[in-house]
Amino acid sequence: MNGRRDAGRLRVLSTSAASISITLFGLILVTFLIGRVMPIDPVVAVAGDHAPPDVVARIRSELGLDRPLAVQFLIYLRHLAVGDLGRSVMTSHAVTADILQYFPPTFELATSAIILAVLVGVPAGVLAASRPGSRFDHLVRAVSLAGQSVPVFVLGLLFLLILYVKLGWLPGSGQVGITYEGVVPPITRMLVVDAALTGHWGAFWSALSHLVQPALVLALFSLAYITRMTRAFMFEALGSEYVITARAKGVPEWLVLWRHAFGNVSVGLVTVIALAYASLLEGAVLTETVFSWPGLGLYLTTSLLNADMNAVLGATMVIGCIYIGLNLLADFAYRLLDPRVR
Amino acid sequence: MSDGAKPLAGARARLSWHEWLLDEEPSSRRQTVWGEFYRKCRRFAANRLAMGGLIAVLLLVVLSLLAPVLAPYDPHAQALASRLAPPSAAHWLGTDELGRDLLSRLLYGGRITLGMVVAVVVLVAPFGLLVGCVAGYLGGLTDRILMRLTDIFLAFPRLILALAFVAALKPGIGSAVIAIALTSWPPYARLARADTLTIRDADFIAAVRLAGASAGRIILRHIVPLALSSVIVRVSLDMAGIIITAAGLGFLGMGAQPPASEWGTMIATSRDYILEQWWVPAAPGIAIFVAAFAFNLLGDGLRDVLDPKAR
Repeated sequence: MNGRRDAGRLRVLSTSAASISITLFGLILVTFLIGRVMPIDPVVAVAGDHAPPDVVARIRSELGLDRPLAVQFLIYLRHLAVGDLGRSVMTSHAVTADILQYFPPTFELATSAIILAVLVGVPAGVLAASRPGSRFDHLVRAVSLAGQSVPVFVLGLLFLLILYVKLGWLPGSGQVGITYEGVVPPITRMLVVDAALTGHWGAFWSALSHLVQPALVLALFSLAYITRMTRAFMFEALGSEYVITARAKGVPEWLVLWRHAFGNVSVGLVTVIALAYASLLEGAVLTETVFSWPGLGLYLTTSLLNADMNAVLGATMVIGCIYIGLNLLADFAYRLLDPRVR
Repeated sequence: MSDGAKPLAGARARLSWHEWLLDEEPSSRRQTVWGEFYRKCRRFAANRLAMGGLIAVLLLVVLSLLAPVLAPYDPHAQALASRLAPPSAAHWLGTDELGRDLLSRLLYGGRITLGMVVAVVVLVAPFGLLVGCVAGYLGGLTDRILMRLTDIFLAFPRLILALAFVAALKPGIGSAVIAIALTSWPPYARLARADTLTIRDADFIAAVRLAGASAGRIILRHIVPLALSSVIVRVSLDMAGIIITAAGLGFLGMGAQPPASEWGTMIATSRDYILEQWWVPAAPGIAIFVAAFAFNLLGDGLRDVLDPKAR
């Protein structure tokens, strides 16, 4: 019995591993093809407009661009296997090194945002579901619909206008005040963490106050989704028979709500939160641009404006991989935690 | 049919439209179809938020269509002497950094935004529907290939794939539409496939197949119409997302290019004035919010009426 279940699980694992590798392969192929259809000739980008024809031809063969497309793709794959994403024209560093540098701030931002969103969104959704039709419920519904309708960059500008320009409570853009620029030695490259680890408390507070605004904006970006899903899950759970049973037994209402209903809902919520976390990557691109937050999103948009295709494609692929990874994590969490799927 | 039905139709003619439509025993196919449609409209009209959304959307469409008539100024006419003017009787919403009238630009911007939304939907919905129905009906290898392709496109965050596409194609409204379309079709295909799988083995499909209908005819005439309503719901919910993505591309300089008065582009070019002349970026920001909110309300209401699962 146990053996058969293990075999079943193994089969599920191997099919999902196969489908993931196909998806990953597709991701690589799509980014590769995007890089080849672009109107800007990469040779011109390296050699300049007025390079003599023999130089152009030499660079073309050095870059491997005179080979058939399939061969080029194989070369691309081989480079990828050793983590080589090419060189960025803009920073003149290897794209991989750039990404390693710009990813931690994005991670710091997205993680703070998801924590904020969960802390607010989940209780709001639970309370709304426990009193359907109440004023609070309507408020939650209206706010989350409105939240879905505001572009994240408009929200960012609004925050800047109110909290920075009008009230002056929080600093404007950037990751840390100018006086603390470069003071903290990079360890994790997450400035708040590094400053705390090395005991630079002035820099710590400066970095934290710079983090608040973009984190709040990003949190609001996923708050609507998390609240709505929590409400929907809880609403369904509260109408189920085990909740009626618990109530009939005289279990206190808060216990019914948080233990019986929420306990069963939480597995589904893990999936929702992982998906929301993944979609934060998208919000991060716009938020980082508004707040000049030195993360992967800002790197992507500045590379875009400079037509730095290696950097664009590298960042796109890394973000795509993280996205797939988080989706996968959501799927596995669901399978591991929910006894019905096991 | 026509002779026998005539006296009946004469008797029915005395009924009001309302009664004819709500008749519990419809006497013709036409009456059934219109009656069902009428019931759905009534159910939709009872939802005040959804009606608000519908009215706002219609208003947006009318305002955009009539922009050349309604706009007090040419949206591209610069008047550097009166740049960054606050709202006044001459310029209801003020002027931007080149002295262009903001109201006129917003009205013309609505044309761009709604035009992009329509273009994306026209490209995406039929394509996704067809891919999903073909994959679901044919099954087997076709299904596996098409769905794997769908998964690949779903694996990217929407805005980021769109950005990469636009960068490769060259920024502009056309590229933005293509990029958004390329990233929007997979959910439609998934949806249509799921619907097709539930219909595929129905008896009436088997009957049509035995009558000798080809796969193409079965898909186009019998499966697509039934998968349509969930696609329509998805379209109406998607429109707000398309507006926001289009504005995001414009804001990042990858969508409509200045001097086009696309709302996201307008915010991008005027964001530096947020410290002193905050109304300049605020006007298009509010416009995006109102448009997206209206479509969200409309979509929410349509889902309640059309989605068979939500009934």
